[in-house]
Amino acid sequence: MRNIHLNHITKSFGSTRVLRGVSLAIEDGEFVTLLGPSGCGKSTLLRILAGLEVQDSGSVTIGERSVDGVRPKLRDVAMVFQSYALYPHMTVAANMALPLRVRRLSAWQRLPILRWIVPGTRRVSSEIEEEITRTAKALGIGHLLSRKPGQLSGGQRQRVAVGRAIVRHPAVFLMDEPLSNLDAKLRVQMRAEIKDLHRRLGVTFVYVTHDQAEAMTLSDRVAVMLDGELIQVAPPQEIYSDPDDRRVAEFVGSPKINLLEGVVRERGSVDAAGTNFHLLSDAPPGAALALGIRSEAFHLSECGGANTLTGAVRLIEHMGSDLFVHLAIPGSEHPVIARLLPERAPHIASGQTLHLGVRPERLLLFDADGKRLRPDNRENDNVLRMKEHA
Amino acid sequence: MSAHHLAPPFAILRHTALLITGALILVPFVWMVSLSIKPPGEIFRAGFSLWPEQFYGVENYTRALTKAPLPQYMLNGVIVCAMIVVLQTFVCAPAAYALAKLEFPGRNLLFAMVLIALILPHEVLSLPLFILGYQLGILNTYAALIFPYVVSPFGIFLFRQFFKTIPDDVVHAARLDGLSELAIVWRIMVPMALPAIIAFGIFSIVSHWNSLFWPLIAVRDQSLMPPPLGIMAFKNDEAGNDYGPLMAASTLVVAPLIIAFLSAQRWFVEGMTGGAVK
Repeated sequence: MRNIHLNHITKSFGSTRVLRGVSLAIEDGEFVTLLGPSGCGKSTLLRILAGLEVQDSGSVTIGERSVDGVRPKLRDVAMVFQSYALYPHMTVAANMALPLRVRRLSAWQRLPILRWIVPGTRRVSSEIEEEITRTAKALGIGHLLSRKPGQLSGGQRQRVAVGRAIVRHPAVFLMDEPLSNLDAKLRVQMRAEIKDLHRRLGVTFVYVTHDQAEAMTLSDRVAVMLDGELIQVAPPQEIYSDPDDRRVAEFVGSPKINLLEGVVRERGSVDAAGTNFHLLSDAPPGAALALGIRSEAFHLSECGGANTLTGAVRLIEHMGSDLFVHLAIPGSEHPVIARLLPERAPHIASGQTLHLGVRPERLLLFDADGKRLRPDNRENDNVLRMKEHA
Repeated sequence: MSAHHLAPPFAILRHTALLITGALILVPFVWMVSLSIKPPGEIFRAGFSLWPEQFYGVENYTRALTKAPLPQYMLNGVIVCAMIVVLQTFVCAPAAYALAKLEFPGRNLLFAMVLIALILPHEVLSLPLFILGYQLGILNTYAALIFPYVVSPFGIFLFRQFFKTIPDDVVHAARLDGLSELAIVWRIMVPMALPAIIAFGIFSIVSHWNSLFWPLIAVRDQSLMPPPLGIMAFKNDEAGNDYGPLMAASTLVVAPLIIAFLSAQRWFVEGMTGGAVK
């Protein structure tokens, strides 16, 4: 079993607290993504896991074994870096062979020239060479083995970095923004290859990124990290549709979630952006709430009223399969963005007044501290029944 | 440098300036070579000529090579310079790596001390070094010529600056690949910093091949003398006012450096730019 436990990890650089007590359990063979904006501490957490940085407090276990104070070499982890960190003076083959040579050849067998006198060198060396060739072929870089990293394109360097990590069959695979130096097209392609790699190797992957598309498409679970804390750890779909925190809702999703500030008028009803919304929540009257509405939660409505936003169309973005409509709402600072199906909304023109309805169960409510207010089941039933009566 | 196209007048001006400076530096060398092939009578003649009326080069060079143990001096120079540059790299690279990439208490203080050592002229240390050499009993040996230079603050400083430009990720990758810290120094950092190492090697070899002050203090045996000291001894003992052979000896001493530098120049420049462009 190679599950990973991070227990209350803290880390400060000078007076900056980078990690504030992070705990995370990762299952054997799981693909977990640490997602967050730059500077949130996700890379530091990965480096602590690899043993490249030392935490101020807390503990790390890999496969039931505490690895605190264990050198990176002995942790059985491999890492792919954002900058690839290839050795520029070595050929691709030498880059990939280095971890194997260090592990399988004795110090004597690595001496220049003299090594051929030591027994076994030739056999182990040719084994290593064979493995390198096999791995390189599997990654589609078999023809590049004698080149130096400087002669390779970004995508090829990326593959070499992955190759160097997988040749030694690590139990845990760490990736620190491996795709962010690639162009958009290549990134999508490599994303699929990484997913495939995970399926093939079946080992634990911990992947760090600030790109939500990578996090959503690759992961079994996404750990959203902000300001040195894990805010929510859940499967991608849940992160999107059922966020625990306002910051998670804001960070995940494109276009950004629409947020309307409101005040509860009476139980089950809130005023926001000049409109009254029915809620599936029993927040007390007078409480300040934020209503989060995903762009696709809107539907076109014939007329204004409760749970309906009315405003003038400011901008229409036709994306082919989707239509993004930016609506200026009186009483809301930012325009509201709605995703509509082009065939359902054929005649929308700029400047036109539009009514957008939202069903109460699609409202995401956040309290003044940004914590999610989940609808209470009983209330939920009540409101639905009320709606049916009406 | 295609971006630096200047108008012809400026180009002429620039080249004139370069030619004059170049000539100022070259004249003594040319004069030395010229004197080395002149007979004694022509050396002190009032007129100015670069080429002698009577070619006396063979005699001068033969005297330089036979009257003084010049090959021995040159061999001493080679041994001492090679030992110094090897040992310097051996000491400076790990020290520079620690200062550039490892975190430990007192690192900044240690680096400040390296900088202070960089400011101190070596001559200031000659008396303490002489006494130290005496106590160790190594005066008048090769070791006396080598040991004061083994730790080079300039080398540590130069390597540290270059190592600092190598991304931390490379060091991290090497640690994950299983290399020990010393293996990282020799197998990753030094090869990646090769241009800096070569540049430092050239500095080091040139300055120690030409060094006179410390060898004058440290050795008395003629069989241990490096080239410049040997020439001085040759002047006192053999040549007297006989400048022809003296200049021939000087030319022979300078020649290896010039030949080595000219032949390595292309490669040296390539190494520099190869490291700079990613």
